[in-house]
Amino acid sequence: MSIYIDESTRVLVQGITGRQGSFHTGQMLAYGTSLVGGVSPGKGGQEVEGVPVYNSTFEALENHDADASILFMPAPFVKDAAMEALDAGLKLLVLIPESIPLHDAMEIMAYARQKEAVIVGPNTFGLVSSGNSKIGIMPNRYFVPGPVGVVSRSGTLCYEIVGHLTDSGIGTTTVVGLGGDRVVGLHFIDVLKKFEEDSETKAVIMVGEIGGSAEEEAAAHISANMSKPVIAYLAGKSAPPGKRMGHAGAIIERGRGTFESKVEALTEAGVKVADLPTQISPLVKSVLKKT
Amino acid sequence: MKLYEYLGKELFNRFDIPVPRSRLVENPGQAGEAAAELGDVVIKTQVLTGKRGKAGGIAFASNPEEAKKEASRIFDMSFSGYAAEKLLVEEKIAIEQELYLAVTIDGSAQRPVVLASLDGGMDVEDVPEERMIRWPVDVSIGMQPYMIREICRRMGVSGDLQKEFLKLLPKLYRMFKELDAELAEINPLALTPDGLIAADAKVTIDDDALYRHQDLPRISEKTDLEKKAEELDLAYVELGGDIAVMANGAGITMATLDMVQHYGGEPANFLDFGGGADVEKTSKSLELLLGTDPRVLLINIFGGITRCDVVAEAFVGVKQSKGIDLPVSFRLVGTNEEEGRSILEKEGIKTFESMDEAVRHAVELAG
Repeated sequence: MSIYIDESTRVLVQGITGRQGSFHTGQMLAYGTSLVGGVSPGKGGQEVEGVPVYNSTFEALENHDADASILFMPAPFVKDAAMEALDAGLKLLVLIPESIPLHDAMEIMAYARQKEAVIVGPNTFGLVSSGNSKIGIMPNRYFVPGPVGVVSRSGTLCYEIVGHLTDSGIGTTTVVGLGGDRVVGLHFIDVLKKFEEDSETKAVIMVGEIGGSAEEEAAAHISANMSKPVIAYLAGKSAPPGKRMGHAGAIIERGRGTFESKVEALTEAGVKVADLPTQISPLVKSVLKKT
Repeated sequence: MKLYEYLGKELFNRFDIPVPRSRLVENPGQAGEAAAELGDVVIKTQVLTGKRGKAGGIAFASNPEEAKKEASRIFDMSFSGYAAEKLLVEEKIAIEQELYLAVTIDGSAQRPVVLASLDGGMDVEDVPEERMIRWPVDVSIGMQPYMIREICRRMGVSGDLQKEFLKLLPKLYRMFKELDAELAEINPLALTPDGLIAADAKVTIDDDALYRHQDLPRISEKTDLEKKAEELDLAYVELGGDIAVMANGAGITMATLDMVQHYGGEPANFLDFGGGADVEKTSKSLELLLGTDPRVLLINIFGGITRCDVVAEAFVGVKQSKGIDLPVSFRLVGTNEEEGRSILEKEGIKTFESMDEAVRHAVELAG
């Protein structure tokens, strides 16, 4: 079994004719994703990498069945495109762009709750069911099948960690990027619940960072509900308070969101917190031996 | 973007939220004139750092002479390195009780949240959890009167004061929404014989939404270098150590800094030059770092959409045109790494495959 997506998930690409959209369309096809159509208002009738382009999500759905959509467009246009996809009935949206206004993000999330749809991101690399399908922008070659579920707030750091894991011979079930913004759709807890239910996932890696309280909330959930081993790495130990460290959500504000508070909460919940990214693979190996 | 108190109050005024009468002054003479007009006054420095009261940035005066003297004293002070260019001179209001009210964003709930407390006037962190009422608002229904009655009930507020909240909170919420605010905070919210008055204003606007608020002024707390980086669309923070760090991606850049510190080094900066940067952007990032005169340069590239050959080409270009004569520790893996490495090897530059080795080498070089 797999979580959120598998090889049968049919995907639309909104913003398919842009530089990013067209490049990643090719990459997703190469990974095996079932891309059924693209959307670019005013550009219907073309093809991108052999994928037919439509003027609207509704038009695309008149011609193809689809389950999910991935969005590539400048931040000011994301709300409109996301609302369109939700209104048209899609149940999983991956919002790649960063710098989406917070109030737009909150409105998207409110409508998604109403529609019982899942939003991944914004400011995410997407998600991948290793070996089956990816809806995202992660480099293909590191994501090979194996027993570990990974959920991360950051992109490149997650690739670094998964790359290490892959090099040491351990693959992944599903890898989910939550996104680096303050308001995002999926949180750690949502994905941890799925990993707990997923029979193929034997251990979970959580990649967090300073800012917000998602790690503390995850810790409470883990200690009450998780039976599978969780290993965490947290970025931002050396970050000064009050400074945004690249991600909009990576900021220590009014004494909240500190590295220490997250490490303490996770450690108390029985999570092994690695000091360095390089320590994760050995930790995973040792817990896999025990399971 | 944080706003100065006086700007926050101008916005409160625009949204019909009561504020004290005031004058914004730029010298002690003007402060005296303002006091002559307003009577008993409170004089407040206009800086963005918190705790200005404890630092001596707030004073009372009951006549123009006193106002001039206090203003002159405050103009000479600096607050966390910032000197005020303006002071706000306000009429002293008769405060019966100090309350707290704010609307901000709850990331976990993906909603705006109202925070309200009968304990105002102190640092918000010092308000006991059980004394702070939190009410998340679903944006699809917005602020409704029942929410305000419920917030009041939980605070133990009824009668006239509840009526005051029923008038005030919809205005604060409307402002929060229409201005794309991250925070609209009134602390203290003063209960006076004339009703509720916003005695202070802390308003933060979402940077990513500023494009739709062209009428708002632009205020930056960034250093000159950070401003320059902002113009280049780089995420940059000055940190004060001697190992300059450049990496791609916010998380891995933070992790690189953490690792530098772990091995006993001191990072000079946070610089995430983003994913998929071209030669020009990469070169400008390098030039910016070299301009800070670090002892060692540490480059950590894990190329996904960032191409290693592009980074290598930019590095060699900058080395040839501007000269890079400080020790460099270079980690380069990912997309097109063979091409990238061969470009660097031709110039006699070694690269590391692991982040760990590259960071340890950088720390050794910094000695």
